[in-house]
Amino acid sequence: MEDKKKECKCKDKFLDELFKTYLPIKDNLIQMLNEIQEHYGYVPMDVQQQLSEFLNMPMAEIYGVVTFYSRFSLKPKGKYSISVCLGTACYVKGAQKIMDRLQERLKINEGETTEDGKYSIEAQRCVGACGLAPVFTINGKVYGKATVKMLDQVLDELDAEN
Amino acid sequence: MKTLEEIQKIREEKRKELDLRVNTKSDTREKHILVCHGTGCTSSDSPKILETFRKIIKEKNIENVRVIKTGCFGLCAKGPIVIIRPEDTFYAMVKPSDCEEIIQKHIIEGEVVTRLLCKDIDGKKAQSLDELSFYKKQKRIALKNCGVIDPENIDEYIAFDGYKALEKVLKEMTPEEVIDVISKSGLRGRGGAGFPTGKKWELTKANEADQKYVVCNADEGDPGAFMDRSILEGDPHSVLEAMMIAAYCIGANKGCIYVRAEYPIAVKRFQIAIDQAKEYGIVGKNIFNSGFDFDIEIRLGAGAFVCGEETALLESIEGKRGQPRVKPPYPAAAGLWGKPTLINNVETYANVTRIILNGAEWYLSIGTEKSKGTKVFALGGNVNNIGLVEVPMGTTLREIVYDIGGGIPNNREFKAAQTGGPSGGCIPKQYLDTPIDYESLKEIGSMMGSGGMIIMDDTKCMVNLSKFYLEFTVSESCGKCTPCRIGTKRMLEILEKLCNGKGEEADIEKLEILAQNIIKSSVCGLGQTAPNPVISTLKYFRDEFIEHAVDKNCRTKECKAISKIEIYPEKCKSCGLCQKVCPVNAIQGEAREKRAINQEKCIKCGTCLASCPFKAIG
Amino acid sequence: MENNLINLTIDNQKVSVPQGSTILEAARFAGIDIPTLCFLKKINEVGDCRVCLVEVEGRRGFATSCIQKVEEGMVVHTNTPSVLEARRVVLDLIISNHKVECLTCVRSGNCELQALAKQFNMTDIQFEGEKVEHEIDDLSPSIVRDFDKCVLCRRCVATCKKVQGVGAIDTINRGFESCISTVENKSLNDVNCTFCGQCIQNCPTGALHEKESIKEVWAKLKDPDTYVVAQTAPAVRAALGEEFGMPIGTNVTGKMVSSLKRLGFDKVFDTNTGADFTIVEEANELIERLQNGGTLPMITSCSPGWVKYIEMNYPDQLAHLSSCKSPHEMFGAIIKTYYAQKEGIDPKNIYVVSVMPCIAKKFERQRTEMQNDGMFDVDSVITTRELARMIKQANIDFTSLEDSEFDNPMGEATGAGAIFGTTGGVMEAALRTAQDTLTGEDLQEINFEEVRGGKGIKRATVNIAGKEIKVVAASGLANAQKIMNEIKEGKADYQFVEIMACPGGCIMGGGQPIKSSKERMDVDVRKLRADCLYSIDEKSTIRKSHENPVLKKIYEEFLENPGSHKAHDLLHTKYQVREKYKI
Repeated sequence: MEDKKKECKCKDKFLDELFKTYLPIKDNLIQMLNEIQEHYGYVPMDVQQQLSEFLNMPMAEIYGVVTFYSRFSLKPKGKYSISVCLGTACYVKGAQKIMDRLQERLKINEGETTEDGKYSIEAQRCVGACGLAPVFTINGKVYGKATVKMLDQVLDELDAEN
Repeated sequence: MKTLEEIQKIREEKRKELDLRVNTKSDTREKHILVCHGTGCTSSDSPKILETFRKIIKEKNIENVRVIKTGCFGLCAKGPIVIIRPEDTFYAMVKPSDCEEIIQKHIIEGEVVTRLLCKDIDGKKAQSLDELSFYKKQKRIALKNCGVIDPENIDEYIAFDGYKALEKVLKEMTPEEVIDVISKSGLRGRGGAGFPTGKKWELTKANEADQKYVVCNADEGDPGAFMDRSILEGDPHSVLEAMMIAAYCIGANKGCIYVRAEYPIAVKRFQIAIDQAKEYGIVGKNIFNSGFDFDIEIRLGAGAFVCGEETALLESIEGKRGQPRVKPPYPAAAGLWGKPTLINNVETYANVTRIILNGAEWYLSIGTEKSKGTKVFALGGNVNNIGLVEVPMGTTLREIVYDIGGGIPNNREFKAAQTGGPSGGCIPKQYLDTPIDYESLKEIGSMMGSGGMIIMDDTKCMVNLSKFYLEFTVSESCGKCTPCRIGTKRMLEILEKLCNGKGEEADIEKLEILAQNIIKSSVCGLGQTAPNPVISTLKYFRDEFIEHAVDKNCRTKECKAISKIEIYPEKCKSCGLCQKVCPVNAIQGEAREKRAINQEKCIKCGTCLASCPFKAIG
Repeated sequence: MENNLINLTIDNQKVSVPQGSTILEAARFAGIDIPTLCFLKKINEVGDCRVCLVEVEGRRGFATSCIQKVEEGMVVHTNTPSVLEARRVVLDLIISNHKVECLTCVRSGNCELQALAKQFNMTDIQFEGEKVEHEIDDLSPSIVRDFDKCVLCRRCVATCKKVQGVGAIDTINRGFESCISTVENKSLNDVNCTFCGQCIQNCPTGALHEKESIKEVWAKLKDPDTYVVAQTAPAVRAALGEEFGMPIGTNVTGKMVSSLKRLGFDKVFDTNTGADFTIVEEANELIERLQNGGTLPMITSCSPGWVKYIEMNYPDQLAHLSSCKSPHEMFGAIIKTYYAQKEGIDPKNIYVVSVMPCIAKKFERQRTEMQNDGMFDVDSVITTRELARMIKQANIDFTSLEDSEFDNPMGEATGAGAIFGTTGGVMEAALRTAQDTLTGEDLQEINFEEVRGGKGIKRATVNIAGKEIKVVAASGLANAQKIMNEIKEGKADYQFVEIMACPGGCIMGGGQPIKSSKERMDVDVRKLRADCLYSIDEKSTIRKSHENPVLKKIYEEFLENPGSHKAHDLLHTKYQVREKYKI
């Protein structure tokens, strides 16, 4: 798995390319942010600043968009980003218990990352795999018909890895 | 680039080749192994299954067998699903390790692998898809191609009348005629409110402008709903074709589809569809030599439920915070970048080509008086057959839950069905026989919504459920207008109080006042419907609210803070195990005495529950 | 189109209004009041707060009267019990999330939320609950942000982004967590804020207000060893009376001077005299640039919000700025040098208080460039509003005060100095001096009507001493941005540009009395205040800065001549490139 923490993005090759791909018009903001989130795993502040220069719009407005959409994060996610689906189908099937156990075991809350940067927890709204409810995902891989026991097993494996 | 003649040739040849997909009596020597690649099955390893099949076939050098990835078959609970055509054998919960046996026994030896067949409600193993009661009451219009064709292959789409409706429209019909057909068919918006589709097209057409847009709303945000995702994954071209027909009608040549970024497979397949259509000259300039141009782009959402609201969606496409606009003006007059814009949702579009080809009369013959055609529901929750179902309007809830859904698991009682997601409401037992359509659902305090249908058994607390929905609304409210921003938060706080035993009877009245006023004064559909889950549960399960408020009791024990844990004397065998594990010494009784819990001491940790070998504690 | 009349019924009253009118406008036309909160005419028409809801027959849900347009045959009800209940619930919810500390709030008595609460008879809050809590940002020298009093009307955002083209603040997060914030909730000090204070002008509550300097001024007034001097900007006299219930645009110069003397200031001088210095120096600089091939166009530098704006946004264009300090800084420098010398006072004991219509002046005052001999030219800046508060604190009955004159020897000012307070005024004053200087005559044609009026951008070609000069006066930073882009792209052929950060100029500055949104629907505040300044000009005996006898004397005795070495030391300044964001 790729280490998502990267240093200053000034003169970053990815950004150079991004600024070549898109026209500097405001409409493209969310598209560009999606790519930035995808690439870095979050939307770094200095990238927002460069975006503000590129699109000629106030940085506060960009920050307002970043904080509006839950897909964008301001902090790097953990090496393993664990999302628990809290859509209705999963909720009815006991997803909250999975979430509770996860928070208890990793000692962090939803939306946080462990100190060592290994894990982060998120609540997700329906991944669309309702047939497998309840589900959680780790870096996009879906674990269906989840139980607390299964979660523990998966985490044990990840814990053991170094 | 392909000429119309070339496309027609593909259609004829490919149709012949694929006849076995829809004709169980096909005398072909070929066999097609269809492997479901919807999100559900993909999550449980179906790509591996596909790969394994292909590998074995190659190794064994078997001829006349093809392995095809398709969209969703619907019965997600039994995934991964493999279907073998033409005989239509339905294999459930297939693992990659089962592939070898399927090839050997079924393909080579011609024998069905009985152990992989799906058990139906009656406990018998269904030999084919048709035999499964899950499919018997369904009628597939929007999902017609899902699970039949390879969604990543335009030729397969063309084989099943793909782009024939577009051809018909561009070559033979005026925009007015097309709109007339759509209007007459009675098709209504499948996104929630049920606005007549033809009327919407007409209104957008009537507004003169130098530029207009068609938009497809694929920001399916209802938690527990995945109809649109399945259509895009299983039959993307049908949506693309319908958008083009709509564009032709209203006088637009640009389209945009707004898809949740959480649906990567749908996005990928739609992009493939666009690329293939461009390659064939179906999307581009002067399509079919008609003078009609069309171009389309995909815009990804970024995780905001409110963007399913049409004006918020437009704001988001424009790169802004998804905050809805005050209506009127409606998008038909001033939409994307202020230009007249037609917005329909995926399922609505998916009906269009069928209506054009089969005629308005055909569509009118399906459904109820005011709601025509079919509706796709994502059936989930406490029901046996979780999955995607498409039924004619007017089908009763009972048919969906018991005949199609196979009833409630674990011998529990049906308590309520929730439709319309966070905008809808709960339908209690007494309405199980209501024929489902737009009007009837509204009448009983719910709404059609986009098609999420969550079944709840009697272990579910209705106060807690309204709290769940309000939590959703509060975290998804855009924050623009006061009633939704602060009002829903206050409603949630009251519900939290009730669930924690801190509420009082007056809180119920406060909830009602807030609910009524939020509905009337919010800017957009999200706020205007946010209180619905509370209003409908209050209407049908008011006694549970009063129980929470006054007796401080939750009968389902879902609300931990006010659930009494009790020992049933008739089941207690006086073993004393519970006493040993209780961390606060709250359990009384000695020797042969039946044990009992001192409610004042009990902290409801649940340790005793788990310890009792006789299930005497609850 | 505009002439087409639409007929509708509001509260059983037939009304005909022009097509395109809103329901709110139509109701006002019919004499029916509808409450509003987030609405701000032409600036913030978004329909967020839901206080202005009305019932329209045949429509599901309520209509948003502040933005929705009238339609033929529409039947509107503005005060049915159901509408009143909905509005009341909305207001209840707003207050439930508001830091209610009215007794100690700077906006008490002039708060639009408070006024609504009173009107709605909100004696109790029904829907109490969690309130959002944020830290107060009072780190900047000019603006205090107290989000807990914010009602999320977003008028400040619209003002900052649309009117000023700055965008220092915006809505962030969503739902209940939504708030108006800077990037990462940084202090306004660390972002692209210009401290123009227009957000304060448009805030309906106490969520945005100036950083008060009243306490430090009282402390100095109390200290017998400090010689406290007040100077008052041109725009203050045109607005101060409003704080005491006088009509907008009343000239209260005499009462203002009397009140300052009553407050205990040792001397009260007129910044208009400082403005005259600025004119003379600036006209001289313009002529110099025109004759010696200096950087053109020359752009005025007396608006500190504007100066901060150009430093942050056009760092490569700073050479266009006139090197002149703003009037009160020039005047402060002269008070602490020439006047101190003349009166035999140790300048270290002089404390100069500028009474300004501006809150960016609070920032300007503490710029490192604004010092001489290790002393700041000006020691404290208070706004028109703060002066009014001091007068009230001191129990002075402002309206019945007798008039007094400014103190000598620096009390004389010209009409040119007075019009400095309005957009186009600096330009006009400078042109008066420039044309006399170039021709060597005492010309009588001195009204430059082309640069007067409320338009955001006023372009003109004026004939000065037989030469055509292209000039432009812009007010509001979004307009300034347009001019700067023309200049940057080489499309501008102006020789002289006047820019004021606040739309309408200093009379509409961020430190002026705050007018409610309702008042501004009917009254053109800018025009009334500007008229006051033009009338002072008309009535002045001396209307050209260079003819001010005080100036003549000071140049003669002290500064030698405009643009001299000494004048440069005291009256001119430098600019610096500023980062927009401290990330």
